[in-house]
Amino acid sequence: MPGILRIALKLLINDKSKFLALLLGITFAVFLMVMMMSMFSGILKRSSSSVLNIGAKIWVMDPAVNNATSSIPMPDYVLSSARSINGVKYAVPLYFGGALVKLKNGSYQAATVVGLDDATLFGRPEMIEGNIEDIFAENAFLVVKDAEFSKLDRPAVGSEFEINDNRGVVVGIAKAASSGLFGVPTLYTTYSRAISYIPSARYTTSFILIEPKNDADTPFIQQEIKKLGYQALTREQFVSKITDFYTFKTGLGMNVLLMTTISFVVGLSISGQTFYTFILENLEKFGALKAIGAKGGELVSMILFQALFTSVIGYGLGVGLASTFMILAKLRMPDYAAQISFPILGFAFVMVLVIAGFSSYIGVRKVLRIQPFEIFRG
Amino acid sequence: MASVAVRTTGLGKWFGEGEARKTAVCNASFEAVYGEILYIVGPSGSGKTTLLSMISGILKPDAGDVVVDGKDLWKMAGDDIADLRLNKIGFVFQDYHLFSRLTTAENVAIPLILKKMDWDEALKVALHYLEIVGLKDRAELQPVKLSGGEQQRVAIARAIASNPDILIFDEPTASLDGDTGRKIVEFVKTNILNEKRCIIIVTHDSRIYEYADTIMRMEDGKITRVERNGTQKGVVA
Repeated sequence: MPGILRIALKLLINDKSKFLALLLGITFAVFLMVMMMSMFSGILKRSSSSVLNIGAKIWVMDPAVNNATSSIPMPDYVLSSARSINGVKYAVPLYFGGALVKLKNGSYQAATVVGLDDATLFGRPEMIEGNIEDIFAENAFLVVKDAEFSKLDRPAVGSEFEINDNRGVVVGIAKAASSGLFGVPTLYTTYSRAISYIPSARYTTSFILIEPKNDADTPFIQQEIKKLGYQALTREQFVSKITDFYTFKTGLGMNVLLMTTISFVVGLSISGQTFYTFILENLEKFGALKAIGAKGGELVSMILFQALFTSVIGYGLGVGLASTFMILAKLRMPDYAAQISFPILGFAFVMVLVIAGFSSYIGVRKVLRIQPFEIFRG
Repeated sequence: MASVAVRTTGLGKWFGEGEARKTAVCNASFEAVYGEILYIVGPSGSGKTTLLSMISGILKPDAGDVVVDGKDLWKMAGDDIADLRLNKIGFVFQDYHLFSRLTTAENVAIPLILKKMDWDEALKVALHYLEIVGLKDRAELQPVKLSGGEQQRVAIARAIASNPDILIFDEPTASLDGDTGRKIVEFVKTNILNEKRCIIIVTHDSRIYEYADTIMRMEDGKITRVERNGTQKGVVA
């Protein structure tokens, strides 16, 4: 390391109280920013959990549908029409609805019921216990063992419950890639049982799942579905639509953006103010260095290095703290929806660099303006 | 005859504009030669510090020239002046301006580090200069743990660490008691001054005048009298 930067480092870290205050400011800002963005990311992932878990390539729905949990049932002819489109390998109906489950202890628990096509069971989950074929047994249901599993009193295979005054039997335990957003357990059954157990409106098909013969057929299929007055979205498009809905139409995105901005401003204020005080306290020393023969560029490099060093350490501590918090929270609360991703880490790092840049900018301005002549005045 | 370290010709500096304009230094011409200690003395506000700043390449004059070691100082580029300060001039500031977060040895090593010397090598050289000023055993202490006289000596060690030809002291005894102040200047005269080095001291402490080779008096921005070895050599009106 060049000697001048080593001097800068020693000046910084040997001023323990200022260094600690700087680190705290940046760590706190990074912690808050990462937490907010991770929670938002986790919520978005969960909001698309049904789409990801079922895994169909193309989803057909009413154009007004914004997310998987609020479907608008479609008439049966849409399914028939979809099956007749060139390029469709197969098309199956999917039921998506909510029901009240009465547990053995007499309490009620809301649950999401997914009705899979009787003929193909397309979109079936991966089994942990039991056989998928048992879903055709009388009153059979599969229970998903996710974060909400305990809300159904952790049922075992053979357990019974009531669903809308119908008898239900657990014939298998399944697992899902992602838990849902609203903290409601999920039950799988056949499409026909779902529509007979759960009160429905005139139409019953929540979504039509399409498997194209090959991916190149997708645009044509989408065009043909559009002609029917409905919308066909690829899995990615549907996830994106759900993300947009929660980000822009629920206030969630704006709230998270506000909180992230506040975290950034708090970090910027604390770090900027502390770094400015640090520079002010050392201003005469920088002037002395200038008088001795240090060039402007060398002084700027010292300040930039100090700001960058503090920021990188603070960033690491902030990310570490956020990760630890999330791990501990997930141990205590399986529902806790937060996930750190590389884009979040990248965004937080850029924000930290902005904080470092701002903090050093005000310091650099001050140091470059100091006249060594003033040092002689004592 | 000793060669000239610093020569000024018609040096002038004023601050402010219009009616508020105040002359700090007016038509100052003098020479400082190698092998001597030159005192610039005078009351507060007489222009001593302004003159010192101009001859050390810190404050640009409004009139006149400064020649340091044969080079016209204010015709040089900014970075070249900084280089000249680093290589040719050593400073001992009134308040020392030692870095309290660095050790004594690291403080002394600063000019060497600015000259791109390797860190460990610079510390080794710094120890040598701390030995010269009698503070080698204080090398690892922070300056705040030293007495005023010791801090002054650390500042001197820092000033001479880059082996400059010209040493500039700004009120070196202002923060010291009379006895310590005299000891410091005596030490400088005995151990730091040599025939290849010129020392310029700004002071208004008459108790240390006995150590001067030349005393240049200033009043109201003008050099009013130059005395060499106690003999008045010239008066500037």
